[in-house]
This record gives sequence, structure tokens and C-alpha cells, in this order.
Amino acid sequence: MRHEVRFSGYGGQGIILSAVILGRAAALYDEKYAVQTQVYGPEARGGASMGQVVIDDLPILYPEVTDPDIYIIMSQQGFEKYGVAAREDAVMVLDADLVRSRPVCRYHEIPATAEAKENLGREIVANIVMMGALVAITGAVSRAAIERAVLDSVPKGTESLNTRALKRGFELGEQA
Amino acid sequence: MQGNAACAEGAIAAGCRFFGGYPITPSTEIAETMARRLPKAGGVFISMEDELASIAAVIGAAWTGTRAMTATSGPGFSLMMENIGYAAMTETPCVIVNIQRGGPSTGQPTRAAQGDMLQCRFGSHGDYSIIALTPNSVQEMFDLTVKAFNLADRFRVPTFLISDETVGHMRERVTIPDSVDIVPPAPLAEGSLPYEAGEDGIPGFAPFGSGRSVHVTGLTHDERGYPDTTDPEAHDRLVRRLVAKVESARHDIADYEVINPDAERVFVTYGPPSRTVAQVMRDHPDESIGHLRFRVVWPFDESALGKFPDAKVFLMPELNMGQMVREVQRHADQPVVPIAKIGGELHTPAELLQALEAHG
Repeated sequence: MRHEVRFSGYGGQGIILSAVILGRAAALYDEKYAVQTQVYGPEARGGASMGQVVIDDLPILYPEVTDPDIYIIMSQQGFEKYGVAAREDAVMVLDADLVRSRPVCRYHEIPATAEAKENLGREIVANIVMMGALVAITGAVSRAAIERAVLDSVPKGTESLNTRALKRGFELGEQA
Repeated sequence: MQGNAACAEGAIAAGCRFFGGYPITPSTEIAETMARRLPKAGGVFISMEDELASIAAVIGAAWTGTRAMTATSGPGFSLMMENIGYAAMTETPCVIVNIQRGGPSTGQPTRAAQGDMLQCRFGSHGDYSIIALTPNSVQEMFDLTVKAFNLADRFRVPTFLISDETVGHMRERVTIPDSVDIVPPAPLAEGSLPYEAGEDGIPGFAPFGSGRSVHVTGLTHDERGYPDTTDPEAHDRLVRRLVAKVESARHDIADYEVINPDAERVFVTYGPPSRTVAQVMRDHPDESIGHLRFRVVWPFDESALGKFPDAKVFLMPELNMGQMVREVQRHADQPVVPIAKIGGELHTPAELLQALEAHG
């Protein structure tokens, strides 16, 4: 089964890193195939940033994402640029405080940034909260795989913060 | 792992111990990785002042007998052209990586293109020949970088890894072997002059410090390496040898994949458009559709086209306005149709399906 996952938000939220972590989880720890690509420009910091991942049981030939079935949207501009055209049977996980619009497809509101800032103490892990919610909602990769991929990818000394963020994301995803 | 990082790892595995470069999107991660990895591997990384100096430093390092590399993209590649000719003329084995982006000029720094395919072959002045490899995956960024070093040494010729933003920045799983085959250049035989070559046209290599006295010049030179710039015959002999040592070995250097050799409609690709073709062929199995994918584009091995004896048309998706298609048209008896796309995105499977239908 081929999943096409698109992450969008503003530059600095860790959007592309999120895509890298998801791809890593699939390719290294779930024994699937994954390709991660991105679209960025020199203006990306603060502008709309986009990272994407293809996950498949078969080797991935065409590497780009054309019609995602899973979206993670973390800014209004990101929604307008990369999320608004989501097809009806897609699933969108959006940060409810940062995205005003709602898509025509099934969506789940996850207050990831508020959760990261208020309950986890660091806004910077909002992307990891979103990632936890994404995995809980879609099962695109296993929880064990995403946990290992997060730990591989975050700076030393932030492992426990990121693990807590991921688990909080699992909970929010289950409730959504 | 990212394609650019895999290229750097391939270089390290191949024994590259010198990198001189100037950062440019979308190739910068190669320099970054080399800057981290080379000192630990006993090598030297120099961040040069520009691309002219970068390729000059690589040529100098290569003449110490060290495997040497640089990496750049379009604007930097243009700046390297003069010294690439010098490397060809002096038969300096070195690897030049071009992670192509949209051009001309500064163009689209963060978007993919295949616009430098003819520049890498013909970009410097005068007659010469080079070798160019075109990876389509992160794994091939590693594998073909290793291969590029071996070809550069074997033929004593600047060898290019011509990739693009898509493959350079893409991340996918890569397998890095414990060791790779390293084939060093043939040494200069006792009693041979420094530019005296046998039948293969490739003189033995005596880098500085090897104990032999070698004069290195970009001027037309004789077998001793001394300038001989007015004798038509000396020039004819030297330059014809420089071209022939690569071109006459083209069937040997060739590296391509043939899928469905009985096909009537045949896609001809190199680099990432090959992955769109593979997707179309997996989604729509049809033995009348074939695929010829070049991993080595220069020297161009025209005999590859003959692997499809029933071909009625060749379809050539390229991320440019039609560059390698000219080479295929030159050699094919059948019609060759360019499917040109610029702007930075790969052809989609739907676009190639449309092209197939138009030529059904």
C-alpha cells in the first residue's frame, strides 16, 4: 500500500525534519520503502515550508508526491499553498490554533503548538506532537518505529522531552 | 540517507582524500559532509574562494596521486569550464559532481533540472572527451561516485557525476558496503615518456613525488610533456588521442539498463525521469513498451539503441528543452520524440502516459 504524506507549515517548525523522521521510521524500522523529498526556497524561514514522504511495501519508483492521502498542516499559509486541494478521501491532521481553514476531507484538530508550549514547556516539539497524532490516527508506521526514528534524529539531551511529546501526540491522536 | 550525503560517502569509500569546493545550492551537503568526514579519514577539505580555484585545487591535488573531487551546481559549473579543459588536456584524473538546478544563470537554486548535459560534454573550448554518469537514486549516488573515481583513474580523464536537485536532496535507504573495489591508475612504465601511450591511448600516470620527472602543461605538448604549439601534427596526434582514448572505449565504459527489448515504443532516459518511466511500466504492464536507461551518458554508446530492434519510436523525457535527445536522434533510424519539461518538477506518470498514447 502506497501512502503519500505531505507536511506543511512555516519554515522553522521542523516541517522537513518531520518528513525525514517519518521516512526514517518506515525505511529503517518498519522494513518498508520510503522516499523523502521537499520543496523549499531561499525564503523558507517564516514562509510556507513543505516536506513529503512516500511510504510503500514495494520499492518506490516515482519518488514524488502527487496526490497525498495524509496531510500534516501546521500553518494557514501552508494549508492554502499545500493543503487546500486535498482529495476527499484524504486525512488531514491540523494544528487547530494555527490553521483557520478546514478541508473537504476528513480532518482532526490537534492543538500541538499549545500543548507543546503549555504542557511540555517547549514550543519547538510541536512537530513531534503532530507526528505522534499522525501515527495514532493513520498507522502509517508503527509506534515503535517512530519512537526509534525520533530518538535518532533529535539533539542529545532532548530525548526525554521528545519522547514525552511523541507520547502526548499518540494520546491526542487517539482522542481525536 | 540523503543523496548528497551518499555521494560524499561514496567518495570517502573510494579513497577520495581531497575536496576543494565552494558551496552552492543544491550541492552544498556534499561539501558539508566532506568537511566533516575528510579530516577524520586523514584527508584534506579546503573551502576555496570560488569555483575557478576549487577545480584548480582539485587538479593540483590529483597530481599528488590523491583521489580528488569537487561538487557544484550550474553557476559554479560554468565557472569551472576553463580548468576542466586543462584537466582534460593534462589528463588529470578527478571527479566533478554537478547537482543540477534550473538555469540559465542563477535560475532556480532549489529546483531540479538536467540542463547541463551538453555543457558537461562540450563546455570547455577545444576538442576533448570526458566521462559522465547519471544516478537516479540515493544508492546510485554512492555506487556511481565510486565508479566515477575508478573510471577517472583508468582513463586519466575528468569524470562527472551529473545529478540533480531531486536525487541530491532525496532521502531513501542506502546500503553501504564494508569496502568497494578501488582500481588505481596504471603507473608510468619504466622507459616510457610521460605522455607516451599504448594502444588504449592512456599513458601511465606518474604523479608528483613518484620519482619521475613530468612536465604538466595545458599547451599542446609532445610525448615528453614539453610544449610544441605550432606543429600541426603534434596537436593532431595529441588531441585525437585525448578524444579516442574515451570514445573508442565507449562500449566498454557503457552502463545502461534494457527493459523489454522487443518493445515498439521505447523510453530513453537517464537520471530521475527513469523512475517515472519505471512507475508507468509497473502500473501498466505492456511488453510493447520498452525502457533504455543510461547510467553512463558520455561517452554515448549508440549501440545501446540497437538493443531494441523492433523499436518504432524512441520517447525521451528530459528535464531540459531537449539535450541528450540530439545525440539519440543522431544515431537512431527511428523517430525520436523529446518530452521536454522544465520548471523543476519531474514528469508525472500521467504525463508520460499521455505521451505514450500520443505515439500509440
